[in-house]
Amino acid sequence: MSSLPDVKEKWTGKVNTVVIGATPEEGGTRTSTVTIGGAETLPFLSFEGAVGRRPAIAAEVWDSGGEAWPEVLRQAYGEALSSPGEWAKKAVEFGVDLICLRLMGAHPDSGDRSPQQCAQTVKEVLAAVGVPLIIWGCGVDEKDNQILPAASAAAKGENCLMGTAREKNYRTIVAVCLADKHKLIAESPLDINIAKQVNILCSDAGFPVGDIVIFPTTGALGYGIEYVYSIQERGRLAALRGDKLLGQPVICDVGFEAWRAKEAKAPPFEGVTDETRPYWGVMWEAATALVLLQAGAELVVMRHPDAIQYVRKAVDRFMPADEEKS
Amino acid sequence: MALTGLEIYKHLPKENCKECGVPTCLAFAMKVAAGQAGLDDCPRLSDQARAQLGEASAPPQRLVKIGADPNAIQVGQETALFRHDDKFHHPTAVALRISDAEDEPALRQRCQAFRKLQFLRVGVTIHPDMIALADESGSPDKMQAAAEVIYNELGVPMVLMSDKIEALSAAAMGPLNGSRPVLYCTGQAGADELADLAQRTSSPVCVAGELQAAADTVEALAAKGVRDVLISRGAAPAREALAFATQSRRAALNKKFRPLGCPILAVACGEDKTAAALDACAHVAKYAAVLVCDAWPPHLLVPILTTRQNVYSDPQKPVQVEAKLYDVGETSADSPLLVTTNFSLSYYSVESEVEASRIPCRILAVDTEGTSVLTAWAADKFNPETIAAALKAAGVEEKVAHRQLVIPGHVAVIAASLAEECGWKVLVGPKEASGIGPYLKNDYKMA
Ligand code: SF4
Repeated sequence: MSSLPDVKEKWTGKVNTVVIGATPEEGGTRTSTVTIGGAETLPFLSFEGAVGRRPAIAAEVWDSGGEAWPEVLRQAYGEALSSPGEWAKKAVEFGVDLICLRLMGAHPDSGDRSPQQCAQTVKEVLAAVGVPLIIWGCGVDEKDNQILPAASAAAKGENCLMGTAREKNYRTIVAVCLADKHKLIAESPLDINIAKQVNILCSDAGFPVGDIVIFPTTGALGYGIEYVYSIQERGRLAALRGDKLLGQPVICDVGFEAWRAKEAKAPPFEGVTDETRPYWGVMWEAATALVLLQAGAELVVMRHPDAIQYVRKAVDRFMPADEEKS
Repeated sequence: MALTGLEIYKHLPKENCKECGVPTCLAFAMKVAAGQAGLDDCPRLSDQARAQLGEASAPPQRLVKIGADPNAIQVGQETALFRHDDKFHHPTAVALRISDAEDEPALRQRCQAFRKLQFLRVGVTIHPDMIALADESGSPDKMQAAAEVIYNELGVPMVLMSDKIEALSAAAMGPLNGSRPVLYCTGQAGADELADLAQRTSSPVCVAGELQAAADTVEALAAKGVRDVLISRGAAPAREALAFATQSRRAALNKKFRPLGCPILAVACGEDKTAAALDACAHVAKYAAVLVCDAWPPHLLVPILTTRQNVYSDPQKPVQVEAKLYDVGETSADSPLLVTTNFSLSYYSVESEVEASRIPCRILAVDTEGTSVLTAWAADKFNPETIAAALKAAGVEEKVAHRQLVIPGHVAVIAASLAEECGWKVLVGPKEASGIGPYLKNDYKMA
């Protein structure tokens, strides 16, 4: 009988590790830190090389506006949705590794909250939970440039992950992350070359590429996930082949995208009942996460507690059995 | 060494008869060389030429036909590890599992439920393809009877799963004879027994085991002339199934290792149905040609089918709809006119919201080469000129009595210049399709 050919690839590159959060010994106040990255092969292929740290899950928390989330999510978080601190606490009880605080209320169209108010919210969340923080702006360049410095300063020394730096708007966030010692999310619109370009820009502005996490833009299952999937796979292959400008861990904005899908909120199919409707959103979110994890993702931002549980358990099934559960 | 298209062409009949489904012998030769067709597709090839070309020209992963025409499904013959290198050609055949221990009324109910599992997404109906009948009764007679009930009800291709060769043999013969189910022996089975089973029933068989064991069995089967074979890691944990799928596909495609050049059958069943359904999504992404699962509830099934719809789409070809004027509902000359791109996701998002609102509208899908609103706008394909030209080309002026149109909120910046360009009143609609219903009900006003 023929013996099996050796199909192991000899990768020359690897995914960087990035630590988020700082404990008191490290100058912060977090009770735990999270390390992501480190893979020396494609996702979960432990037969070939080190698979790196287990992908981390962050729960998305809004500074304001959570009351407008889909009903299934409102039921899961209840009253807590109107208080970022309480909301974050609840999410930690659901078993997430980090909190992703999105300063949506600063958006000019949905509250236009001030930099001071944003800083206050950051402090509130830091005080409420011990896990590390991701702080995500509202996406409007000018406004982000006002609120992110305030938010960053409020979390100085906490080694947060701040986002996002974009091709046309990166200088302010790079400067404050450097000054206040935070990690940085570099965003690009489903384009490998722009992903590299943003890294180069940040690096030229003095930010170490080893402290960057890439956000290649996320699309939900059924809503363009195939583009995201292929961009992530191409980026990961390039990283493993030695391209240091794509060797950063990847963050996916899963909950935000999945809960925009009609299938998640109000599945347009016959036979969907009040009883089964809640499961659609949970599955849509969990499936979106799982598919993207297969393409290479180190950090997924999620919403529904059940979806978070399912993805956590799925990661257990894919990580090597002997992997340390940290 | 694989042969080039020209080397293969030399041996073909050069009759250009099209019976292979390709216009010319040369085009056929090129497909064979690319691993996208097998010599068996040319019915006129002489035995001598076939022998000469032989193995060298066979695609690295075999194409296996499951079921009987007209419902047959072809799986395998994939050419790439990554969809950005080459599209995945044969979408995962999704099989829902039924136990043969269920009584006849229950089986018929299952069949009825199966028929209803049809879901319209972005203009395409997605549905499961097969039934996997699992032997839980332990009785070959029961297995055969159950297979018969299901096959007569549905006529879809089947997977028959049992740890006993006799049960598989019994179920595949009788009324199912000639229907080419996949015969999957989940217990110990030697190559001799499997070969005998495959030949007696003229059906594909599935070989289960670890890589080396599977490869050995496939090789032994090939030596006996049995080539319609699938391979499976059975009910192994997710990480092992992923390793098996990746290694066998790499061995076949990168190393031309024939004993693993078979489509993969993945099993995603288990106590926790949600967890199994999520594993199923991963299997679809990573190389399952046939997927056996228990995802009967639509909320578990639709994510799996959608994963397939997405992963198996052609990355070279944006999914687009015809660029033209669409009527949604009972439109009149006064119905609102909405403008979007011909990217199918954009178009169908708008269409389904219009449908849900029950307000008849016309939708003008502008040719943006299948790119979304924002992408097309950034690439200058969705601008005042292209929209005005599309309005003209579709003859909208003759179909509507009014002169106003609604553009997506994301491109509000072009409103003024578009109004100038086409002379119509331009209204700015919501950014997200989900806002269309409320917009039509509350905000849309006729001038
Ligand atoms: S079937 Fe054979 S002979 Fe006919 S066109 Fe195709 S390759 Fe040529």
